[in-house]
Amino acid sequence: MGKEKLANHLHQLQNESKNLFVPYIMAGDGGLDKLEQNIQFLQNCGVAAIEVGVPFSDPVADGPTIQNAGKRSLENGTTLTAVLQKLELFKAKRTVPIIVMTYINLIYKYGVSRFAKSCVQAGIDGLIIPDLPIEEEKLVTDVLNQQSIALIRLVALTSSKDRIKMLANRSEGFLYAVTVTGTTGERTAYEKKVKTYLYQLKQQSPVPVLAGFGISTSEQAIELASYCDGVIVGSKIVDLFHQGKTAEIKQLIQTSI
Amino acid sequence: MPTYTMPDVNGKFGKFGGRYVPETLMPALLELEQAYEEAMNDPTFTKELNDYMTQYIGRETPLYYAKNLTKRFAGPHIYLKREDLNHTGAHKINNTIGQALLTCRMGKKKVVAETGAGQHGVATATVCSLLGLKCVVFMGEADMRRQKLNVFRMELLGAEVRSVKNGSGTLKDAVNDALRYWVANVEDTHYILGSVVGPHPFPKIVRDFQSIIGKETKNQMLQKHGSLPDAIVACIGGGSNAMGIFYPFIEDKDVKLYGVEAGGVGIDTNQHASVLVRPNPGILHGTMTNLLQDDHGQIQEAFSISAGLDYPGVGPEHSHLNDTGRVIYESITDDKAVSAFQTLSQTEGIIPALESAHAIAFVEKLAKRMTPAQTLVVCLSGRGDKDVEQIKQILEEK
Repeated sequence: MGKEKLANHLHQLQNESKNLFVPYIMAGDGGLDKLEQNIQFLQNCGVAAIEVGVPFSDPVADGPTIQNAGKRSLENGTTLTAVLQKLELFKAKRTVPIIVMTYINLIYKYGVSRFAKSCVQAGIDGLIIPDLPIEEEKLVTDVLNQQSIALIRLVALTSSKDRIKMLANRSEGFLYAVTVTGTTGERTAYEKKVKTYLYQLKQQSPVPVLAGFGISTSEQAIELASYCDGVIVGSKIVDLFHQGKTAEIKQLIQTSI
Repeated sequence: MPTYTMPDVNGKFGKFGGRYVPETLMPALLELEQAYEEAMNDPTFTKELNDYMTQYIGRETPLYYAKNLTKRFAGPHIYLKREDLNHTGAHKINNTIGQALLTCRMGKKKVVAETGAGQHGVATATVCSLLGLKCVVFMGEADMRRQKLNVFRMELLGAEVRSVKNGSGTLKDAVNDALRYWVANVEDTHYILGSVVGPHPFPKIVRDFQSIIGKETKNQMLQKHGSLPDAIVACIGGGSNAMGIFYPFIEDKDVKLYGVEAGGVGIDTNQHASVLVRPNPGILHGTMTNLLQDDHGQIQEAFSISAGLDYPGVGPEHSHLNDTGRVIYESITDDKAVSAFQTLSQTEGIIPALESAHAIAFVEKLAKRMTPAQTLVVCLSGRGDKDVEQIKQILEEK
């Protein structure tokens, strides 16, 4: 369970020479009842793990697509408690690792220790907390370690060499390489330095490096994955689910891995 | 030796404060912290800052003995610290001039800011015009309606005002978008935060730049009255004018400090901005502090007649000072603030900002518990020109 399951799963896919593909979905967008169906669907598409977003009222790391999805989800009455309960209900049916992505206030308010235990019960393997830099991660690391839940660190284009080293060495499961200086959402072009940035991360990181933020096509996914181990796609997947275009999701994933 | 040394090296005020931001911003916060420490130890910088404070802003501001108000409230001697007389009409410029000079020092050419009532936006646009910096200000849609004149003022000064439609279209939403803009432009842009909120080092930097208010007040009280005041009162949205006047008095235990939050329609309704009445710690906009939030950690909308106090959080240092009991936090409703707005206008010929009117309203209550031998200072954080139209409408509707 947890950390180990995530690491093993990614390792296995890499042994099969596959690009790792991690989609992001917004829990509760279109109703919480869709969560199981969407996760099953993505699992069948051959994804490496699934990032499940839990909506927060003030998501400062997110661009318009995920902001709007979060808003719709909150209007549906989604809470962290309900997402955890829902995930627990069908955990036996899942083979793919689940990573919850949410902002620190929801976890803090739920109670960090209680949250870590609930994650185990719900079959959650890892966490991404975009507003928790290394300076503050002590707030959660002890209890996450106790429960063996992976804390995936994010590294940014602005991170110094020293910070990159620290983040790469601490990250569990994989290292999340933010590929734009900005919020989440589709981009048509990347800064030139992204290539060398990913290459350097790959040299330093003991865990797989996944590129995320701004990726919306299989061309981009394949190009970026050639410098690292794979990609995370958020806004595009959220948008396609919202429009009910699941065939396009399947195609995007299968042409990217 | 000072016994109060907050924040610590990690930017914590007890458990409050800190830096809960995306990694992309961390290097900029560390750079800012270092630039600030170096600047404050550089006599050229402090002299330049001081020159602008005196020659451009018009400091020091008077500590005015409000004879008529003293008589009217029939309690202690009341002094008004006249921050309303600063250039641009409020205390906000004490901070923006400091941060704009830091921006130049860091070699950045662009500035982003949020604004609620528009006072901080105007103060930022002003110093950007002065120092040749490009300026983008985020302002909630509802606030742009409430404060039309300030929008025009910012544009006149050369700033670009961007309307924020998310959420309730007020200060909280403007901060979200300003933070997002900063994340995307951090390499050449500095974020001039307008209050003692946000991630470290902002609460400290803003407090330090605003502490000129308290330092002057202390000297002026000693000169005019020969003793420190018995009480100091200031209004609180994020809490920058309050921290500015409180900070130099924190170790003077005989001086009682009162922070006044906006009570909106009433603290038992869901329409107020009194965060410290029922402390509820959480993390918003990069800092741990008390918040208006539901049981699941979703931030709730604040409500106040005054756009400048309409914020669901409060500076982390205020949360700390509330926990230690050093500052007492109170709440004043919209109605009481409007009435105090009229009272000060009619007794002293001074039209206060609606924000500051909350402090005046509390002084009326506090005065009843004090004696004529005592003294009280209230921070008159801004002038009310911007609020006249709104007050006219409210009074006509009554």
